Amino acid sequence: MTQAFLALADGTVFEGRSLGADGQSTGEVVFTTGMTGYQEVLTDPSYTGQIVTMTAPHIGNTGINREDSESGEAPYVAGFVVRDASPLVSNWRSEEDLATYLRRHSVVAISDLDTRALTRHIRDHGSQNGCLGTGNPDDLVDLARSAPSMEGLDLVSRVTPKARYEVSEGLAEWSPEVMAERLVAGNGSPLRVIAMDFGTKRNILRCLVDSGCHVTAVPAHTSAAEILAENPDGIFLSNGPGDPAAVEFAVKTVRELLGKKPIFGICLGHQLLARALGATTYKLKFGHRGLNQPVKDLATGKVEITSQNHGFVVDVDSIARVARSTHLHLNDGTSEGLEAPDARAFSVQYHPEAAAGPHDAFYLFRRFTDLMRG
Amino acid sequence: MPRREDIEKILLIGSGPIVIGQACEFDYSGTQGAKALRDLGYDVVLVNSNPATIMTDPELVRRTYIEPLDVPHLTAIIERERPDALLPTLGGQTALNLALELHGSGVLSKYGVQLIGAQVDAIRKAEDRLLFKEAMARVGLESPRSGYARSLEDAREIVKETGYPVILRPSFTLGGQGGAIVETPAEFERKVLWALSQSPTHEVLVEESILGWKEYELEVIRDKNDNFIVICSIENIDPMGVHTGDSITVAPAMTLTDREYQRLRDQARTVMLEIGVETGGSNVQFAVDPKTGRVLVIEMNPRVSRSSALASKATGYPIAKIAAMLAVGLTLDELENDITKTSAAFEPTIDYTVVKGPRFAFEKFPGADDTLGTQMKSVGEVMSIGRTFPEALQKAARSLETGKAGFVSLRDRVDYRVLAQRQEDLRDLAFDAPPATKPRPTLPPPSPEELKAALRQVIKRPVADRLFYVGDALRAGISPEEVHEITKIDPWWLSQMMRIIEHETRLRQASELTRELLWESKRLGFSDAQIAELRGQTQDDILALRKQKGLNVVYGRVDTCAAEFPAYTPYLYSTYETHTESDVSDRKKVIILGGGPNRIGQGIEFDYCCCHAVFALRELGIETIMVNCNPETVSTDYDTADRLYFEPLTLEDVLAICEEEQRKGEVLGVIVQFGGQTPLKLAVPLEKRGIKLLGTPADAIDRAEDRERFDALLSKLGLERPLAGIAKDPAEALAVARNIGFPVLVRPSYVLGGRAMMICANEDELIDYVGVAVDAARDEGLEPTLLIDQYLKNATEVDVDCISDGRRAVIGGVMQHVEEAGVHSGDSTSVLPPHTLDPEVIAEIESHTRALAVELGVVGLMNVQFAIKDRRVYVIEVNPRASRTVPFVSKATGRPLAKLAAQLMVGKTLDELGVYDQPLPTHVAVKESVFPFNKFPGVDTILGPEMRSTGEVMGVSLSVALAFGKAISAAGARLPSAGCAFISVQPEDKQLACLLARRLRNLGFSILATHGTAEALARAHVPAERVNKVAEGSPHIVDAIRDGRVQLVINTTHGAKAIRDSYSIRRNTLQMGIPYFTTVSAAVAAVDALEANAVLAEGQVSGVRSIQEWHARMLQSQ
Repeated sequence: MTQAFLALADGTVFEGRSLGADGQSTGEVVFTTGMTGYQEVLTDPSYTGQIVTMTAPHIGNTGINREDSESGEAPYVAGFVVRDASPLVSNWRSEEDLATYLRRHSVVAISDLDTRALTRHIRDHGSQNGCLGTGNPDDLVDLARSAPSMEGLDLVSRVTPKARYEVSEGLAEWSPEVMAERLVAGNGSPLRVIAMDFGTKRNILRCLVDSGCHVTAVPAHTSAAEILAENPDGIFLSNGPGDPAAVEFAVKTVRELLGKKPIFGICLGHQLLARALGATTYKLKFGHRGLNQPVKDLATGKVEITSQNHGFVVDVDSIARVARSTHLHLNDGTSEGLEAPDARAFSVQYHPEAAAGPHDAFYLFRRFTDLMRG
Repeated sequence: MPRREDIEKILLIGSGPIVIGQACEFDYSGTQGAKALRDLGYDVVLVNSNPATIMTDPELVRRTYIEPLDVPHLTAIIERERPDALLPTLGGQTALNLALELHGSGVLSKYGVQLIGAQVDAIRKAEDRLLFKEAMARVGLESPRSGYARSLEDAREIVKETGYPVILRPSFTLGGQGGAIVETPAEFERKVLWALSQSPTHEVLVEESILGWKEYELEVIRDKNDNFIVICSIENIDPMGVHTGDSITVAPAMTLTDREYQRLRDQARTVMLEIGVETGGSNVQFAVDPKTGRVLVIEMNPRVSRSSALASKATGYPIAKIAAMLAVGLTLDELENDITKTSAAFEPTIDYTVVKGPRFAFEKFPGADDTLGTQMKSVGEVMSIGRTFPEALQKAARSLETGKAGFVSLRDRVDYRVLAQRQEDLRDLAFDAPPATKPRPTLPPPSPEELKAALRQVIKRPVADRLFYVGDALRAGISPEEVHEITKIDPWWLSQMMRIIEHETRLRQASELTRELLWESKRLGFSDAQIAELRGQTQDDILALRKQKGLNVVYGRVDTCAAEFPAYTPYLYSTYETHTESDVSDRKKVIILGGGPNRIGQGIEFDYCCCHAVFALRELGIETIMVNCNPETVSTDYDTADRLYFEPLTLEDVLAICEEEQRKGEVLGVIVQFGGQTPLKLAVPLEKRGIKLLGTPADAIDRAEDRERFDALLSKLGLERPLAGIAKDPAEALAVARNIGFPVLVRPSYVLGGRAMMICANEDELIDYVGVAVDAARDEGLEPTLLIDQYLKNATEVDVDCISDGRRAVIGGVMQHVEEAGVHSGDSTSVLPPHTLDPEVIAEIESHTRALAVELGVVGLMNVQFAIKDRRVYVIEVNPRASRTVPFVSKATGRPLAKLAAQLMVGKTLDELGVYDQPLPTHVAVKESVFPFNKFPGVDTILGPEMRSTGEVMGVSLSVALAFGKAISAAGARLPSAGCAFISVQPEDKQLACLLARRLRNLGFSILATHGTAEALARAHVPAERVNKVAEGSPHIVDAIRDGRVQLVINTTHGAKAIRDSYSIRRNTLQMGIPYFTTVSAAVAAVDALEANAVLAEGQVSGVRSIQEWHARMLQSQ
């Protein structure tokens, strides 16, 4: 196997072996601590422009299957870093092995790298750009340094769909009893939801469908007027990649929608709603990425274990002036949710749709349908 | 929400003696829980019958009762202490059952004691199979389809539900006898009828077969606000069918996608909710069909468990501590993760791989069926941490200390043809004694095809070393696909094993050990010894080569968070990566080597000593560094020592740690004395490589172990020992034995726990046995040196523990064994202070002990075994190190011997510590042993020189008889107050038996006796009913036992034939749960206890008292 490197903009170089496609790739180097769900990570559009490190050492064990993709079939990550790539796939649903999948989609990846050392480096020095690939490490460092900063970068425009589309797929057999109960919102007629797709994860739309919604996803650049012209029951703001400050056009749209229809936002959707309301956002040192992130619901005092993937965050203090803070991260007290009752809008920073991750926060979909039904 | 203010005093119940299925993991959880509650300001009252625990240390809580764990004693304690609440979830099944009984008998309501941590309904729902199944069905979760059939028609109805294949399990048969798998309708009728006929109640459980499914476990925690977290997922390498305690298991789960894993998480949460576990830790077990992903809930435990201890060690999340805090009303979001100082309300994530390997002791139980099944049979376990599974697997293999340097081939020590030929056991386990072990035949090497055929056969059956056999099957060229077909072990595990095996070939074939090849080897977990073996070099060669190439081990941290946050606790594991996180301090420090996996002869007692070394040195301001690989223990709690290395106790691993710690600060030395044989074996190799050992010099150990030097030592001091000699083969053994005179005691040298030890009465027995002992030595990779001693018949054995600073020695305690010499000291009942020895003899024993300690220059602990015959004192054995009895002596006398010893080892003197001989205790403490015979159908229960007990209990009282009574109850026997006593004794015991029979009659017992004993009784005018021996035909004694006509059994016997003939008496007695005594001295003690109990009213117990009170009483009397 070919020797490969991950070079960071600060000059640090990590060594490993080439796993996926040949070539070089730059992006912001981040880590996620989920022990399951590498396929969901690869296909989550929020990871656009990022080289993702899996802290769990054995990756690829369960292969790749169509069902678990969080977008189309293709991966979104700029690069993939693992400690140990499985030599064999063992799972009844697997259709392809990881290395083949990565190569087929030209994703540059590296294995046998000291992912723990890399993670500690990012933790201590913050997320930064890196370059992954074969070749001279010094050249890779130069490439990493010349890559654009994540701050101020509009990545939404890269991943948002070109045209609107209808969603009819639900969770099917993966909706457990408990979840089904929380999701299905009585016997009313289906609710019409327009989902602004900033790079949405498929499972969010599935959860909406299972909650009794008829979902139409629209491109990020769709205007407020166009959306309101459809007279939906509610508007959903999806997750997506990058800096919320770099997508002022979307913030403007959300501002125009405020108060007109019930609004629910997730992740980037949360940040856009917050900015539309007048709150501010900033970049975390190395973000929250994993499936074990504890969030406290300030209304009930209960803790949810959540799935998270974000580098930017809403300034909690800035929320107080414009809306109500509803959820906080238990570890660092950062914003995890807000509510603007007058505007009939609420949002969370984390991923209640999970995939990958625990299902503790499914109740939020029910909250959205309740809001729509008034 | 703050802690509950409405309760002040909390009663905590421990799990009692170490038995198979309940080991020191409950000392770990109980200690954690007690500390947590104490630190929250509660008054904790603790009960546990096991003195070898840290949780029963008198300093831990205010009141500690070492009393039997039964309703009468608990009632007396509750009456005395009036606790507000009872926390039963930290003491295993024992504590849960006891809580249910206390509730059922109305004791809890009478004294207003609330259960916290688990409610009665929840415990019942989780424990009762039928209630559990119904509960699962109510919430839409699947469990294996099954039903009880009393007829063929019933069975037909059930099989309509279950489909084929089904498993038939006849009720109430021994060890699953009569069970069968029915694959097709054609064989259904025949097999069902047969199974029905096998069950004494004519009842068969017909259950859907899930053999071969994947098995998973989730360790979960819930608080009273319904906050729910998963601490750890565990996947078993051995598929369904092998008890999870006997399985090799891995964390985290490896072959589930996120959706599949989250489904298990959702179900675990539903199970917690439905069973009604309001607060605390639980574990939920699942079976997953590898073909369809269908999930079945197998069982749940509404308490902390062996798995939760493992999960705590595997992730760094202290489940028991958190569970205790949740039980008193705190919620997860109020608690902090000690390791990262972030919230405790989160799910640990790990960036390494953890492997747990069970440790078995079948060699101690000849005749036991070693097939692994639904009944747990392992006696201990190890855990290993590596970044990848191959690395962790190899570390686990060498941690087990079964003579394997890694995931090695066993070709050179196992003849697979012999294993494959093992016939299905046709003997009746309740009637036929185990066949005598014969030396193995030597065959010419097998052809490749012969080998493959044998291996295909061998790997079918799950046994202790199956994973190694699977490795050899893969090495022999059987494809992973075929191995999977035969074993159902998931292909993923097999593919990882193939990585190791393929690398072996590379290592063997490479012309040169390049840096890259070495690096690759170390990253796959190969030990230096393993590489050396494959390359035909020495371990030191490989080490030198590594040094030269700059390939050093690094240490990662167990941090609960995959490095997301800095870890403040130095809980470390070794691996081969680019950065180390050991962050060595510049303090003065001591490295303490732990005891490794529990096995018979080496268990919790040594962990207790290691923990005490930590406590002592910490008090002196010295940094403590613990090295151990046993996940059950207190010593491997990150909270115990200042620094913890969770590592195998091999030379390579320990040397690396010493070197790492020497980088900064000052390593004062390594303590090898406290962890039993495991670290002791490293003493000389470590010293040779310049590592300083603390305390007694290695040379003293050698003087005590080496026969010639030992003889010289004794003659120098003018001490006497039984005649003895050394032999390396049968001929030599015979010559030595003839010289000494039969009977002789034979054993291999340097083996703890009396492994392969035997008393041989004649030449034939000796010759047979030498062959077996040579095999046993070879299995351990040792030179077969045999020690042959004169056997002192009917001598009294005495154990002494002392501490010494090299100039002066102080006696810790003198213990007299109840059973005569010949029963292994670890298995015998001991009394402190001696109950029948006269003061002069005791004084002589003490002075011999002191002389030995000073002459050997012992600094620290020493144990001496004496035999006393006709008032002559013989030295049997001197062990200049911690012994099994140290915790018992410490609990009995209130003097923490191990702690004092550790202080002596870093240079303190006894004078400085103010330690002098103290008068004999004013109370009596009795140590009783506990045996695992009920887990091993087909094994004889007679005691001998081979140690077989797994645990111990202590009874304390004012009189010997009352203390005996407590110890016997604590060991699990329910002494009857009346009924029928069966007596059958060997000729030399007849006189004593007559006395016993008379006393039993006075207590209201009737006597049943076999021919010889009955005649002796008649001559002594003791009325007795005669009963046939089994060989004399029905109705015989076993019929009477099985009919429930016998309430007490006294059965002594001698000589191979007589032992075999009376086997069925002992086995059936055990099966019926009847108290039995196989030595007349133990029977005398029991009758003493019966007489003492007889004066108490029904249901009353003799005074319970905390050990703090006993100790205070002792001090007052001085």
